[in-house]
Formats: sequence, C-alpha cells, structure tokens
Amino acid sequence: MGGWAIVVHGGAGVDPNLPAERQEEAKQLLTHCLNLGISALRSSLPAIDVVELVVRELETNPFFNSGRGSALTEKGTVEMEASIMDGNGRRCGAVSGVTSVKNPISLARLVMDKSPHSYLAFSGAEAFAKKHDMEMVDNEYFITEDNKGMLKQAKEANTILFDYRVPLDSCGAGVESPIVMNGLPISVYAPETVGCAVVDSQGRCAAATSTGGLMNKMMGRIGDSPLIGAGTYACDLCGVSCTGEGEAIIRGTLARDVAAVMEYKGLGLQEAVDFVVKERLDEGKAGLIAVSKTGEVAYGFNCVGMFRGCATEDGFMEVGIWE
Amino acid sequence: MGWAIALHGGAGDIPMDLPAERRQPREDGLRRALEVGVSALKSQASALDAVELVVRELENNPNFNAGKGSVLTSSGSVEMEACIMDGSTKNCGAVSGLSTVVNAISLARLVMEKTPHIYLGFDGAEAFAREQGVETVDPSHFITVENIERLNQAKDANRVQIDYTPPFQAANTKDTAVPEGDQIGTVGCVAVDIHGNLATATSTGGLVNKMVGRIGDTPIIGAGTYANSFCAVSATGKGEAIIRGTVARDVAALMEYKSLSLKDAASQVVKCAPKGTTGLVAVSAAGEVIMPFNTTGMFRACATEDGNTEVAIWPSL
Repeated sequence: MGGWAIVVHGGAGVDPNLPAERQEEAKQLLTHCLNLGISALRSSLPAIDVVELVVRELETNPFFNSGRGSALTEKGTVEMEASIMDGNGRRCGAVSGVTSVKNPISLARLVMDKSPHSYLAFSGAEAFAKKHDMEMVDNEYFITEDNKGMLKQAKEANTILFDYRVPLDSCGAGVESPIVMNGLPISVYAPETVGCAVVDSQGRCAAATSTGGLMNKMMGRIGDSPLIGAGTYACDLCGVSCTGEGEAIIRGTLARDVAAVMEYKGLGLQEAVDFVVKERLDEGKAGLIAVSKTGEVAYGFNCVGMFRGCATEDGFMEVGIWE
Repeated sequence: MGWAIALHGGAGDIPMDLPAERRQPREDGLRRALEVGVSALKSQASALDAVELVVRELENNPNFNAGKGSVLTSSGSVEMEACIMDGSTKNCGAVSGLSTVVNAISLARLVMEKTPHIYLGFDGAEAFAREQGVETVDPSHFITVENIERLNQAKDANRVQIDYTPPFQAANTKDTAVPEGDQIGTVGCVAVDIHGNLATATSTGGLVNKMVGRIGDTPIIGAGTYANSFCAVSATGKGEAIIRGTVARDVAALMEYKSLSLKDAASQVVKCAPKGTTGLVAVSAAGEVIMPFNTTGMFRACATEDGNTEVAIWPSL
C-alpha cells in the first residue's frame, strides 16, 4: 500500500432540507479544495503544508463556518479558533479568540513554528500575529449577511439550550421532531467547521481544523477545534479532524482516541473511526475524517450528513454529503 | 477499595539540597491540603467536591504556582487557568486567561455546571465570573515579590522557563534574591470516593515569562486533566510536551484499550514522555494511587482509606 491520500470536511450535521443549489455549491467547493490538495501532493508538498493550504482555502471561502463566514457570538462578533498538527514529530499549534487574522490556520501554524508555546489565545494571539506581519482584516470582513440572519434565528430559537444532550431524538428527520445540534435547530446550525487530514507520499500524516464555533456562543467560549486530542490530532499512524458538537468531542478526546485504538487495540483506520463514533460520543453528534500512514482514508458520523470529500493516489475520489 | 486521594504541587528540576526554609512551607502546604481532602472524603464528600476543595486550598497558598503565587507573563501580569472533570459523568469545565478570580478551579466547575459549554477563556471567562458572583480581587493580589524577581531573572536569561524550573541564575551564585530551588509548580488533585466515583482538578499560573495569551496543558481535557470510570489523572511539567503526548487521556486509554493496571499505564506514559518533562498523580476506581515523574522531583502527597499516607518531593528509595 502507500501513496498519498487526502480527506476534507465542511462539518457534520446537515439540514436534510438544505436546498439543492446549496448542496451543489458545497460539493463544488469540496471538489475544488480536494483538487488543490491533490496538486500540492503531486508536487511533493509535505502533508503539513497541504492541510494548511486546503484549510486556508476553506477559510477564505464564506460558505462554511471558518474564517470569512464564521458563526457569530451572542454579541454578533466573530471569535475564530484553529489548530494544526504534524504527525511527524507530533508538533502542534493552536489559536482561539482570533478576531482579525484573515487565516487562523496559518496563525496556528506560526504558533507551532515560531513560538515556544503550542497554543495562544485572544489578544495575545492577535499581538503575535501582528508581530509576524500576518494578513489582518476588520472583524466585519468575517461577518456575512447570511450569518447575521442565522444569529437572529438562533436567538429566537431560545438561544443555546442548557443541555443539548437531553432533549431530542435526532437522526431521523421528520417535521415533528426537528433535528437539533448544539442546542439549535439544524437549519440555524447550518454553517460548519472545516478540516483536512493528509498523508503524503512519504507516509507523513497531518491534520488541521478551523472554525468560527457555535452560532450564538458565549464570548470566550472555546470548543474542540483548537484542542489537540479533541478536534485535531496527528501522529506517525494517522491524522484526524473532527466536527460536530464540540463538548461531546472534548469529553470523548475523539481525535486522539482514533489513534489510541489503532495503537493500543491494533484496529485498522476505518475500524478505529467506526469505534470512536460508536463508543466515544456519549449522546453527542459528531463526525470525523482520518487518513493513515499507509494511504487509507476514512470518515464516520452519527448525525444527518457530513460535508466531505476524499481522494487517494490510486485515483479514488469521492465527494458527498449524506450517508 | 475505599477512598483514595493524591495531589501534586508541580514536577521539575528540584535540587536535592533544597534549603529547609524553601522545602518546609511547601511540605506543610501539601500536608494541609491532604488533610482537607482526607477529611472531606471521610465525611462522605463526593470525589468532585474533594478535588475542588483541595485545589482551592493549594490556589490560596502562595508557595505554589496557582491562584495567589501564580507566575507572571512576559508583561508582568497573571493569567491563570484551571480544569475540573467528573469521571462518572465525564462532565468537565475549564477556564483560561483569568486575572481577577480568586479560585480559578471553582470557576471551571461553574462553567461545567452552569453553561452549555466546557471551556471559557479570557474576557468571556471574566465576564462569566462576574455574572456568577464569584470572589474577584485586583490582579495585584496574585502577584508576589518572589514572582516579580523570578520574572526579572527569566527576562535576564532571555528565555521562557518551564513552570517548574528553578529561577534562572548565573552559575554558582548562591546569593541571588530567589535562591535556586525555590520551586513552585502547577497544582492538581485526583480522588476516588467511597462510592467509586473519580474526579480530577488542575490549576496553574502557567510558565514564568510566558507570552500573553499562552494556554498550556492544564485546561485541556486529555492533556493535563482527565477522568473517566477507570481512573482520574492530573499532570504537571512541560505543558507543550504534555499536550502533544495527550498524557492524562493516555493513562486512561491504556487501561481501557490495553487492560493495563493503573500503575503500569501511568508508568508507561511517564516513561515514554521526554525525560524531564512529565509528572502526574492518578487514582483508579479500585482505590490504587500512583505518582510517577521523570523529572528530578515532584511535590506530592497521597492518602488511602486503609491508612497509607505519603508526603514527598524526590524519588522514594
């Protein structure tokens, strides 16, 4: 086996009533990002550069919930977070509370490469970005009209429920039991986290995840995306990026556990992904993508739909939303 | 079986000749915190309540790097972080970037219990603290003279110190303001109560001379802090190494996926971590306790229902 492989996601938990043209737009964007990654891999870029490149593209496009197009806080502002990990040496970088850096994933990369730390947040992260001349924009740049509308709907939907795990039976559409994720009707929750996992032709794995977080989140809320072992993880065996209900992903240390069951239980990549989706999510809804050092790709989710696309060196390519 | 508790006050390069006036207050602090935990567990407190109480006690003690006595950022401010996790429900709460909250660990518990989120940081966490009415003070309350000196030394040395290293000093100087071995470290506590419920809590001021906004391993579930139905773990040492090693979760994962005992799981994790970076305290549901480290020493203490008690700094013979 061997060869490069790439998998990308634009979030798990999709409104089954998402208009056909939005679905088409999502698929086109995922295909575009895959092709970007594929050509980088063909030019022998290392996995860590490829995941950064692909996630930058997703951040720059307003379609998904990261960079421009990020979900809004309760105050109507944007607070973004991201993390990146190189399985080769298990180096990692993460940022939270980013409000004016155009590409948070590249700031996370900079934290990994140029700071003595692994994780910087809020004004300290912004100051670090300025010091390194990263491209900065006004917070307004990230805010889209669509998301202003979504925030209004989220507030009307009685804000974030106290415990989203209790109420509803999801995965099973139907008008009577509307699907809820993160305490919000799925139609409001729509914009979603992005991520990418890559193994290059030398067998090096990397993963990157970026998000605006939850619609109507409290100021200062940190989710799973920047947390190494939760939203993002890579080691010499695999690279993993997760998406969905952040709190369930954190409790389940989801990304690390894919690697842990491969390492400690000897499971294969897809088995490992299936195992954590089934056993590690308590009542939470989430999805994840993964690659192994041998060039396999895998994904899994326990909610309605996940925007994802994957490709391998032997010519396999797939872009999908539903099961 | 029965209850068990273990706590730490930081792991690092603690010189064996640490002067008595530096050692004693820390040993006393560990002993006092242990008593607080033991008496709580004896009076049927839950593991979760016990670890919060013990960490509050350690936060209030200026000899440790958490709460009052937290080390300073590169701009001379304090940015505290903490994390708590209940093993039976896997509920958890975490905070970072606190500058006025007296007991960060109790705010982490409130995030767990009173918000739909797990983790709040910086201004948002401070605003939440005010909304909840927890005790806050002027940031200067947390700053000690020793930590100002420690920051100056770190800046002179032009490097970031890891949270447990002795203040940098020129070779062979014995009379700097803060002598070598003035060890302070992150604090943490793990406990199992008589019903077999596990809990963990960790709190820290982070690194001397850290960049403003730096987040370490302490508030990250699975890195510095983790509990489930198998065990509860609180780690300390070089934060960046602990994050990348997902140290606390890995102790539990080895028990869960490889059926290792607590002792074997914890020993393996610490042994595999780069030397000089990692220490941890852990208890299992069966009431076993282990406190391994691959640093020179770790301020630590433990007690079990059957009467074993230990307070120690360096490896036991």
